[in-house]
Parts: sequence; structure tokens; C-alpha cells
Amino acid sequence: MVAFKRNNSSQQTFAKLAMNRRRMLALGGLAAGAGALSACGGNTGRGSGDGVNLSQWYHQYGEAGTQQAAEKYAAAYKDATVTINWIPGDYDTALSSGLLAEKEGDYPDVFEGHLNRAMVESEQIIPLDDILADVLDDYTPDDLARNTIDGKIYGVRMIDDPQFLYYRPSLLEAKGITPPATFDELMAAAAELTTGDVKGLFLGNDDSATKLFQPIVFSAGETLLTDANEIGFTKETVLAGAMQVKELHDSSSLLVGAPTEAWDPSSIIQNLCAIQWCGLWALPQIIEAHGDDINVIPVPGFNGGTPTVFNGGWDTFVNAKSANIDEAKAFVKWLWIDNEEFILDWNLSYGFHIPPRLSMRGSAEQLQSGPAAEAVRISEEYGWAENPNWTPKMETAVDDMMNHIVLEGADPDAEFDAAAATIQGELDSIFG
Amino acid sequence: MAVSAATAADATAGTGEHAPRARRGGRRRTALTFWGFVGPFLIGLLVFTIIPVGWSAYLSFFDATNTVSPTPEDFVGFGNYTAMLTDPAFQDSLVTFTVFAAFIVPVTFAFSLGLALMLNRVRFMRAFFRSVFFLPFACSYVVAALVWKMSIFNGVRYGLANTVLDLFGVDEIAWLFRPDPPWFWLVIVSLRLWIQVGFYMILFIAALQQIPQHLYEAAYVDGAKPGRQTFWHITLPQLRATSVAVLMLILIAAYQAFDEFLLLVGTMPSARPPLVYLYQTSLGMQQELGTGSAGALILALLIAIVTLLQGKFLGFGNSEDR
Repeated sequence: MVAFKRNNSSQQTFAKLAMNRRRMLALGGLAAGAGALSACGGNTGRGSGDGVNLSQWYHQYGEAGTQQAAEKYAAAYKDATVTINWIPGDYDTALSSGLLAEKEGDYPDVFEGHLNRAMVESEQIIPLDDILADVLDDYTPDDLARNTIDGKIYGVRMIDDPQFLYYRPSLLEAKGITPPATFDELMAAAAELTTGDVKGLFLGNDDSATKLFQPIVFSAGETLLTDANEIGFTKETVLAGAMQVKELHDSSSLLVGAPTEAWDPSSIIQNLCAIQWCGLWALPQIIEAHGDDINVIPVPGFNGGTPTVFNGGWDTFVNAKSANIDEAKAFVKWLWIDNEEFILDWNLSYGFHIPPRLSMRGSAEQLQSGPAAEAVRISEEYGWAENPNWTPKMETAVDDMMNHIVLEGADPDAEFDAAAATIQGELDSIFG
Repeated sequence: MAVSAATAADATAGTGEHAPRARRGGRRRTALTFWGFVGPFLIGLLVFTIIPVGWSAYLSFFDATNTVSPTPEDFVGFGNYTAMLTDPAFQDSLVTFTVFAAFIVPVTFAFSLGLALMLNRVRFMRAFFRSVFFLPFACSYVVAALVWKMSIFNGVRYGLANTVLDLFGVDEIAWLFRPDPPWFWLVIVSLRLWIQVGFYMILFIAALQQIPQHLYEAAYVDGAKPGRQTFWHITLPQLRATSVAVLMLILIAAYQAFDEFLLLVGTMPSARPPLVYLYQTSLGMQQELGTGSAGALILALLIAIVTLLQGKFLGFGNSEDR
């Protein structure tokens, strides 16, 4: 039940709003509203620091015990007094206003989030190259690239969260279906698996069309933006994929309007669907419900392309306004780079995540067998990461395009051109 | 309040040599009373409305991404306004709102007036019925939206609406998240009616009770029949001032629609009213406070124009001279 980790580098506003809503649901509404407003109910992990106070912000993780764990880490730090702000509700909005604050205590010194170029251009964060220098080769290239702008690294990876499809092997076997390897097979399987009580496939309520845009692009071996920061995908690829997505949505095999969104495994746990898009974090919960009867596959390839897995996750940053930048960097290094015990605890003791430090992955016993091992394998083989130059506005443009084409039957050609024009406009204003 | 204090001061004015001092004291007391009552509201208005609006107007001329204190080189003139006005998503949101308002305004009006008329005739348990219909107004949109979304109109087989449909052998419907057919309007409109109707109903009941009974009696003497005739020729004209005010309130509330849209259909471009779009633009990760402010001011201007026009055509405030 972690907040939805659809962290395209530039977490687009839609996703953010959706997250807002999703977290609100998890909280039961009102509390979330109040929480977003207050955003500051601090719990102090007391260290015996020499008067230095650091404020560390987290979004609300859904798994039981995570908040206590964060407080435990803070309390264990001896060189500063670290205060945890555990923020329910709309984390991105709370964080954005926190980063505008000028007064110590109102802003975070250290916070988790996702890098986007605007944060660097408005000088909200500082480069962390120095604390990462010794361990650069201990991260995947993707985890470094998603935290790098213009050659400087700004974020330290905390957790890797691949997203893929969970399925119930018993339901597939009963129909004589093998796990789908192409998007056409996925559609056929979803149709076959749909019965009066169970829908074949659950991709999400409001983002079932939009979340497939990036898989379409990466499946064709294309990318969002090229290294030269030009549009990296073609109209042909996008429209062909979008038409397949439309076909899926026009069928009656998608679960739509489930009580929870796809980041939450409830739909597959409650047998509302046979196949569900979700992330590695939910695996312990799903295993608890279905035991051995669960496995994972990557999102099948579109039109002859390769399968894909979105490698989401969270990173930690240091606020450029912090009055104690050096102490904040030291804390980040201590907790998220060097502290193997806590990094493994955070990644494995609550929901499952892949530890970003490659050298620590060997100790992650929970991820070495069964569906977890398969998830790690497909994440490594088919995974792609967000690009911090892909702005929220660009994501809004392609999301609107997908919704217009898939849900409203708009003219695909014109929709693509409109989205491409918006993206090009953004690129021109940033790099032009 | 000020008036009665002033009258009291005048009353003491004619009582001889102490008069000037008394008058001065009275004035001071008047002023004190005035500011005592108005001050707190004025401060609140200033801090939470007027200053933010002014600041927003200032920001709207800057490229204020990720900042509320832009530097002079961020100045973009009317760039944000042209960007907003030519933004197809913003235009779409205005269309969405127009469709919504065109429906919700007359329906809310008709429902609340109808309920008020019925309750006005009820002879027993009046207070009970009045409270029952008014109570939903005390419910927050957020809570109601979650109930509507998760319990009544969820898309799975055990949702309340789908369970009822199932009794008639109808397949389950994905009420939200799908624009075709646009069932989400049913969800949004029913929620808004449930919350709002009771409030406007109370306003109408109050107005109905102000209508002098002798007008009806006179009409009956002249041969009018109770029902449609008296409704059209007595009740409705007598409700004019209230009706105009209610229409305006409903319309402004419609412009401000945000909570239930965000919660029920947040990401669907075909159901995105202006405030949701502005929220997406200026808050959260995008943080384009400049363009967002420009959009907010455009919207404020629109609301002001429409309200003024409505007031002009429906004659708000000049009911006395008719």
C-alpha cells in the first residue's frame, strides 16, 4: 500500500492528483485533508546532536511499521537531532510549498521525492556528487541517470520499485492459457478470463489508458527524449500502440471503477480481477492472500516490441535553503548510502523494494526466490526509468492525448500533433 | 449597530452643557463598536483574500515557476494570460464547466424550490423534514465524494448502484472514469444535489413564509384556483429577490466546483473544471504559479462578469421598485 510509485521523473500533475486521491482513500478522506493542511505533525527522533536540527520529510508509506522505522533511523543518528515529518495526503503539494518556505523548521532539510529539472533551475536542491563519489559504480546506470541533470547528481536512491503485472496462475491454467507474451495475447487472455464475477485485467481506474503511453514507447525501443533532448518517439509507434490500448478499453474485460487504485493490491486480493498492474511493494500482501497462486510478468510488448517494466521508486534530496547543508548531506550519506542495516530494513521489512545499492542486493534473501526473484529479474531485463527532463507539462500533454484517443475516440493524428507541439514548446523553452 | 449607537448619542445631545462631550464619547464608542465587529473580519479578509489576490495578480505577470517571489528578469508581461487563453486544456475546462452549470443551476433551483413548496405545506413533523433535507449540507464534499465513489457508485459488482441494477439483470456499470456514456455526470450531479438542495430549500422556505397570506386570499376571492395559477402569479413573483440570489449562489458554487471533481474524476480531461485544471497547473510538481495565477484571475473576471450580467437581467437588488 505504498503511495503509488508512478514516479516518472517529472511526476506529472495528473499522477500527483491521482496520488493525492489514492492516499486520501487509504486514509479515509477527511484525515487526509487535515493532514495535507498541517503537513507538520512532527515526531522527533531524539539524537544527542550538538544543537543541529534537521527536518526530514517522507510521504506516507502505506505499510505498517514504516513510520516507526523512519523514526527509529532518525533517533539512531547521533550528529544531529532529526525530526520526521510524515506527510499524509497530497505529498507533492505539501512538499512544493515546503520548498518555498524561508524559515528554518518550515522547510525540509532532507526530503524524499523525484527529480525534475525545474527543481534544479529554481535552485531548490544541491548536487550530491561528493557524498556519492565513492559508490557511483554501486548503483544501476538508470538510478544515476534519473537523478542527474547536466552532469550533476542531485538525488540518492532509497528504494527501487518495479511495476508489472501480477496474475493468478490457477485462473490461467483453468482456461488453458499461458502467460501472455504480447499485448494481443494479453487482450485475448483478459477476455478469456472475464467472467460474471471476475474481470480479466485491472490497470487502474482513471489512469488505465495514460499509464500505457510510456510502455508503448519503450516497447518499441524508443524513448521519451533523446540525449540531445529532442522528442524520442515516433507518431507511428504511439498511434499503433494507442489503437491497441483503445481496443482493450472498448472490450469489456477491463476492471473499471474498483474501490482502490492499481497501486493497491486489493483488487487482485479480493478476486475482482485475474491480472493486475501493481508494484513489487505489494507482493507480501498478495502472497498472504493467495499463497503460491501468484506470479508476475512484464507488461507485454506492443506490436512486436519487447516487454517492459517501469522501475519506479523514491530518491532523497537536500534542500538548498537548509541552514545546515553540510549536516544534512552527512545525514543522507549516513542513512541512505552507508547504512546497510537500515537500507535493507527499509527495503525488505515492510513492503518489498529492491535495494538500490548493488552490493547489498546479495543480502536481500526475501528477493531471491519465487515471484520476488522473477520480479527482480524482469526489472533488470526489461526495466526503464524516468527522465528528469520530461516535465510534468509534457506528461500532461501525452496523458490528455491518450485519454482523448482511447476513451473519447478523438482523431489520433490530431491528438498526437497537439501533444507533440506542447512537448516541443516545452523543449524549446528549456533547451532552445 | 452603528446606527443605534448614533441614535443614543443624538438622544443625549439635547441635555445641556455635557452634550458635546457625550457626543464625542458616543462617536468614539460607535467607532469602537464598528471596528470591534468589522475589524476581525476585515483582517481575515485582508490576510486570506485580498493580499493573496493581489499577490496572485502580481505573480501572473511573471514566470513564477517554483517561486512566489520572482525576480524582475522573470517578467513576462501578458505572456501568461495569452498562454492560458490559448491553452486548449483550459478552454476545454471552461466548456466542461459551462455544461455542468447549464445543468446543475436549473436543476438545483427546481429541486430546492419544489422541496420548499412541499415542506411549506406539510402539516406534521415539519421540523423533522426540514432537518432531514438540510442535514446533508453539513457534510463535506470530500466525505460525500468518497461515499459516492467507493460505496454507491463503485464499478464492481457489489457497489450499491450495481447491486440494484443486478436485481434487474443489468450488467455492472463503470460509473466513473469513462466518458462514454458519461455516467459520471449522474454521480457528480446527484452528489451536488444531495449536498446543496437542502440549503437553498431553507432560503426558499424562509421567503415563502414572508409572502403575505392576504395576497392568496384576495386572489381566491377574485376566483383564482390554488395550484398553478397562484404559483405563477403570486408565489413566484413574490420569491423574485430570493430566486435571483439563489441562482447567483448556485452559479458561483458551480464555478467553484473542485472537491468532488478532483476526487471522483480527477484525471479525465473531459470532466475537468477550471479550478481542477488550475490546481494541476500551479500546485504540486508543476508549480507554475505564474500561469496558474493568470488563469485564476481570468476565471475571477469571468465570474464577476457573469454575475453582473445575471444581476442586471434578473434585477438583483431592485425588487422593491417592482
